[in-house]
Amino acid sequence: MFKKMKETEETFAQVAGKQLLILTLLSFTGLAGLMIFLSWASNLFSDNNQRVGAIDLDSKTITLLLGSEPPQLDSTRTTDSVSIMILGHVMEGLLRYDENNNIVAGVAEEWNIHDNGATFWLRDDARWSDGKPVTARDFVFAWKTALKPETASEYSFILYPIKNAEAINTGSMNIEELGVKAIDDFTLEVTFERPLAYFEELVAFPTYNPIREDFFNSTSGRYGADAIELIYNGPFMMSVWVHGAHVKLDKNPYYWDNERIKINSIDMPYMTSDAATTINLFRDGKIAMIGALGSEQLDTALRERWKLLRTSDGGSWFTVFNFKDDKITSNWNLRKALQLSSDSSELVNKIIKLPGYIPSESLFPVWLKGTNGSFRQEHPATKIKPNLELAKQYLKKAKEELGIEGNISLTILVDDSPGSSKQAEYFQNLYSTKLSIDVKIDKQIFKQRLAKMRAGDFDIALYGWGPDFNDPLTFGELFASWNPNNNGSFFNEEYDKYVRISQTSLNKEERMQAFAKQQEILINEVALIPNYERGVVYVKDRRLEGLVRRVVGPDPDFTNVFINEAL
Amino acid sequence: MLKYTIKRIIQGIVTVWFIATVTFIAMHSVPGDPLTGERGMSEEIRQNLEQKYGLDKPILEQYIIYMGNMIKGDFGISFTQQNRSVNDIIREHFPVSATLGILSIVFAALGGVLWGALTAIYRNRLPDVVVMFLVIFGISVPSFVIAAMSQLILVNINTSFGFSILPVAGWGTISHMLVPSLVLGLGTMAFLTRLMRSSMLEVVNADYIRTAYSKGLPAQRIFLKHQLRNAILPVITVIGPAIASITTGGFVVELVFAIPGLGRFFVQAVQQLDYTVIMGTTVFYGAFLVFMVIIVDLIYGLVDPRVRLE
Repeated sequence: MFKKMKETEETFAQVAGKQLLILTLLSFTGLAGLMIFLSWASNLFSDNNQRVGAIDLDSKTITLLLGSEPPQLDSTRTTDSVSIMILGHVMEGLLRYDENNNIVAGVAEEWNIHDNGATFWLRDDARWSDGKPVTARDFVFAWKTALKPETASEYSFILYPIKNAEAINTGSMNIEELGVKAIDDFTLEVTFERPLAYFEELVAFPTYNPIREDFFNSTSGRYGADAIELIYNGPFMMSVWVHGAHVKLDKNPYYWDNERIKINSIDMPYMTSDAATTINLFRDGKIAMIGALGSEQLDTALRERWKLLRTSDGGSWFTVFNFKDDKITSNWNLRKALQLSSDSSELVNKIIKLPGYIPSESLFPVWLKGTNGSFRQEHPATKIKPNLELAKQYLKKAKEELGIEGNISLTILVDDSPGSSKQAEYFQNLYSTKLSIDVKIDKQIFKQRLAKMRAGDFDIALYGWGPDFNDPLTFGELFASWNPNNNGSFFNEEYDKYVRISQTSLNKEERMQAFAKQQEILINEVALIPNYERGVVYVKDRRLEGLVRRVVGPDPDFTNVFINEAL
Repeated sequence: MLKYTIKRIIQGIVTVWFIATVTFIAMHSVPGDPLTGERGMSEEIRQNLEQKYGLDKPILEQYIIYMGNMIKGDFGISFTQQNRSVNDIIREHFPVSATLGILSIVFAALGGVLWGALTAIYRNRLPDVVVMFLVIFGISVPSFVIAAMSQLILVNINTSFGFSILPVAGWGTISHMLVPSLVLGLGTMAFLTRLMRSSMLEVVNADYIRTAYSKGLPAQRIFLKHQLRNAILPVITVIGPAIASITTGGFVVELVFAIPGLGRFFVQAVQQLDYTVIMGTTVFYGAFLVFMVIIVDLIYGLVDPRVRLE
């Protein structure tokens, strides 16, 4: 009896197992059917694209990855680097940056900048992607659109040097009063609000790009939202834009300088900010470059023996102080003590440990141009050597002035990225071991950190600034008392005076002297402690040549790229 | 049945309203707002923007306006993607998430039921031990680890073969869907396997199985009609919420495999404090979840005769 029971159970397991096998096979067929159906259905929502390798020789296509989706491509409202990069390929302003980062002719063939204005003579062969000519009126329209209060452009301030622009943007003047006029189809005349030495640099910024009025109006408020809601005058035009998934740029047949463009398409069928995915796609030969490697990816790159290339993103990173009266950081002696105990080369070499990063000594990065050569070579910053003994003396004085008996405590505001957390911990450790200052780290996600900075809710903060245009002013004006980015409310009359001079003077030498004065005041007043200039390590397919990296303007720039077929 | 359904739908609407209100309050009490950017704005530029988005109005008025628009089915315009409506974003990206989700849930359900049944049949024998070990692995390792690992394995396979067997990332064809949906469904599959196994074992000792044996039914019939069918009931219960959590929880997988799904927008919106997108996606997902739960409860009533819906 017992034996028989066991036998049936055995057979039951076998029978059930067989049943299970049949069910499994059935599910597999069902699954295959479902997948075929789903892939057919999803093609209705996405584009049908053949994905090739990183570089396709036949179609002269390079394939890349986008870190994020461009929010929209209306140049009057653009603020982010991805959009600026794409706009730099599909649009062209009056002037542009060439491969050596010099300002060269764009739509404007010739230009003349004088004391109270500028004149641009447009080339007559610059065309939109529907074949119509680019005229001076397209620029007038774009600039007026950007300044209309209802456009609510965040970068409208970059147009403020034009006469009456600020008044128009704040709603106190009629739009027709703007100091810009299309004399005829190909002559544009600009009147300045005040004398201006760096207008050329501003004109290369995307907010100054042309927009054609009739096309803009035909999109009924959706200009720049989709590939078909845009008209192009740059070397490329957008042929595909599937949101969050795929952007493709094709050569624009109407571009006036078409001979310069050696590739037919730039395909960007991947959109993700995930660093591991980026490196996996590159390893798999699917993308032609990685724009920036993080510290975790550096090991993989070294192991794979990729050729590492270096550049700088132009950003200057520093510790800012809160100068509000109720904050102890408004005390000069305390700031001086912190300055004397900091060592930017230790931070860069021992903590950050990424190639391309430069320990900095000034707010003004080393790549800025001066009168003839480099600004920092012509006007070196006073180097502050770490001196612990001196730092302790200043700290003692600070404590006396502030009336603090025990340890001083400070809050350091940082965002939640792994890099800045590491730096914050370094400073926490540095100040507590060397100066016995209790440092509390206030780690906030990006937006909250910015909000707290704006509100002045911090003692010290780790902060960085990227340039808008290639002139020391883009950094110098940061600490002017009226600047909305002067989060710590630094105020120094002398400093403001020199910023005014650098804004309005037309004498190059005088302007550079003013910047040198600003640099000196910032160091003497300890308005900030310079930390580093941010470097970028990147890799590219070796067949990809002519790639240009920039600190200002669209980066990376693929317009001059060509494929080296010999490799 | 109808009365029950109506009752549940009304409850569901109240739940969604509650979700919307709580999200609205939470969102506005976080420091910063959608206009906070890296570059500080002058007062005038900020006012222009606030006026454009209606942020200059008192918070209660904003709430009433928002709720009014929501009832009309208009979620507003995104703050970060200034030319796209939230409705467009959901319409364009939810199908992608849903495709991925459906595929994963089918993987998970089929896998869970089959593995579960297998382990129950071969209880305490080698297949059971091996599968249950994998189940523990599947439940305890988070999907972002599995996603990253499977991608790395793919790259290594592709590079060692010299051509792409399966794509590493991207979206569009069957080959793009296979790995991500497996990865996304793995946790749920493991969970369902365990559920199915215990449910099968419970059923094995039930009276009606013994009756079936004593009536002399063939083993095949007992297994399919009595054991498997009854054991599957608890699995159906959890599948509703699982569908919702899979279609909404694919953020990491979407990021790793560069898939343009809604999950990414959902998470990014919170980081960017994009008010309208946060509200739109939360309400949409909330409503979706509530809807799934109602559907499951109704199906349960149909499948299990012991359940009466009143």
